Amino acid sequence: MASSGSGYDLSSSTFSPDGRIFQVEYASRAVESSGAALGLRCADGIVLCVEKPMNKKMMVTKNTPAGRRIYAVDGKTGLALAGYPGDGRQVANRAREEAANYLETYGSEIPPDVLAARLSAYVHYFTLHGALRPFGCTALLAGYDAATQRHSLHMVEPSGSCFEYYAAAAGRGRQPARTEMEKLAVNPTRAAAAAASGGAGGVGGEEGMERGQQLISVAEGVRQLAKIVYTIRDSGGNGGSGASKDGPFEIEMSWLCEKTGWKHVGVPKDVMEEAVEWAKREIEAEGEEEDEDDDEEDGMEE
Amino acid sequence: MFSQPLAHHQHHQSLAEADAYHGKSAETRHLKPGELSTGTTIMAVQFNGGVVLCADSRVSTGSYVANRASDKIAQLHDHIWCCRSGSAADTQALTDYVKHYLSQLAIETGRLPEVKVAAHLMRRLCYQNKDYLMAGVIVGGWDPVSNGAVYNIPLGGACIPMPFALGGSGSTFIYGLVDAEYKENMTKDEALALVRKAVSHAMARDGSSGGIIRTLVATEEGNVKEFISGNKLPYGPAGW
Repeated sequence: MASSGSGYDLSSSTFSPDGRIFQVEYASRAVESSGAALGLRCADGIVLCVEKPMNKKMMVTKNTPAGRRIYAVDGKTGLALAGYPGDGRQVANRAREEAANYLETYGSEIPPDVLAARLSAYVHYFTLHGALRPFGCTALLAGYDAATQRHSLHMVEPSGSCFEYYAAAAGRGRQPARTEMEKLAVNPTRAAAAAASGGAGGVGGEEGMERGQQLISVAEGVRQLAKIVYTIRDSGGNGGSGASKDGPFEIEMSWLCEKTGWKHVGVPKDVMEEAVEWAKREIEAEGEEEDEDDDEEDGMEE
Repeated sequence: MFSQPLAHHQHHQSLAEADAYHGKSAETRHLKPGELSTGTTIMAVQFNGGVVLCADSRVSTGSYVANRASDKIAQLHDHIWCCRSGSAADTQALTDYVKHYLSQLAIETGRLPEVKVAAHLMRRLCYQNKDYLMAGVIVGGWDPVSNGAVYNIPLGGACIPMPFALGGSGSTFIYGLVDAEYKENMTKDEALALVRKAVSHAMARDGSSGGIIRTLVATEEGNVKEFISGNKLPYGPAGW
């Protein structure tokens, strides 16, 4: 790494001369090598999805309490993690503490945006002190606000930054995953702005965003996320080392929607199995189409 | 055989009691030396789209009226108020704390706090410090979630949501009246008429309630404070 080092990368309490904090950047890099965590805001709820590579040959399953990467914070909030699982548990525990403490103090459930802000303040604190190490994890927070009757998805990163998203991804393969999610999870806020300023392609119009496009349902979201996980694994994830192409993996999924009474619960096994079957069929069908294309356009790069 | 020490014991106790009761009536003998009590009538009633709070204005020190036009309706946030009864010092301190916490919460969440939250904060303080407080408060107001709510927080620190709540020494005289006259889904004017009638009755019958009637109407549009002066009360010496 040519840009790193030079003595400015050992402590998160020292800036490099060009204004960077290397320890925080390294922490972000630690997340990049983890299995992906995806979150999608749908019309009627939020879906969280985590890809769990089975990286030891003799491993039976990661679907045990110890292998869990989606956590319940309180009844109406869920947390999906990418990065070091141990760091993630620390963040999940803090989220639970914040939620419980808010309820105890104010007698009302913590709004998701407040929880996300408090969690990001906690994560950020670990980027300030020489004696501390930043968290090597990114957290996706799905929540429902009973007061405003609004569901939301937030992402807290190792730097302590925190934003709300229609679709968010962390871990290996997050870039292709984001590209895929952008195709189905439109940004209605920006779409409306684009429409107001003269339609897609005009000033304020967003690339790849069609006017009048609607958010999908959570039922469709589960299928699409399953497909995205299989897609990013098949394509070798983040830029073609091919490492993720091999080896079995498991998917963990949860949702929070109108149908579950806005409770954050695991996606039922049969729904997930159906989604995975659908995803495999879709990818296979698309693969056949591509093969045909390849025949026609000879010599195209893949 | 046992009567002698027993009698002595009783005598000793009654001496101590007499000492503690010196110069105090039944209503004020629980007060610490120098403590002021608002022998009071307070109430709050929900109506369609808001809440009306009402209080008399008398502050008594034993048999002496220390203030005849006090304001027992305190503001906790933009649309959230509370009626105070019990020790004036205790309830003032409590409302100051709740006010402070609510303003902090409003900044953190970026939205109007709920009446429920205000009542919960008040309850926590009242319950955790129950051994050191004499405070009975009614929290009421408007928020976008409840569209108007009333919570009664009596002496021990319970917190009870209610369509209407009564408090203070004068309340005992008007429970029957309010039970008979309260209706669900009242208009603002009906609610105002009810609290004025009820509190004026309590002021007439309760020796430690009196002065003027203060009312406050909290709705989405804002708060309207009014008073009826002592010579224009709907019920009482000015015109039974």
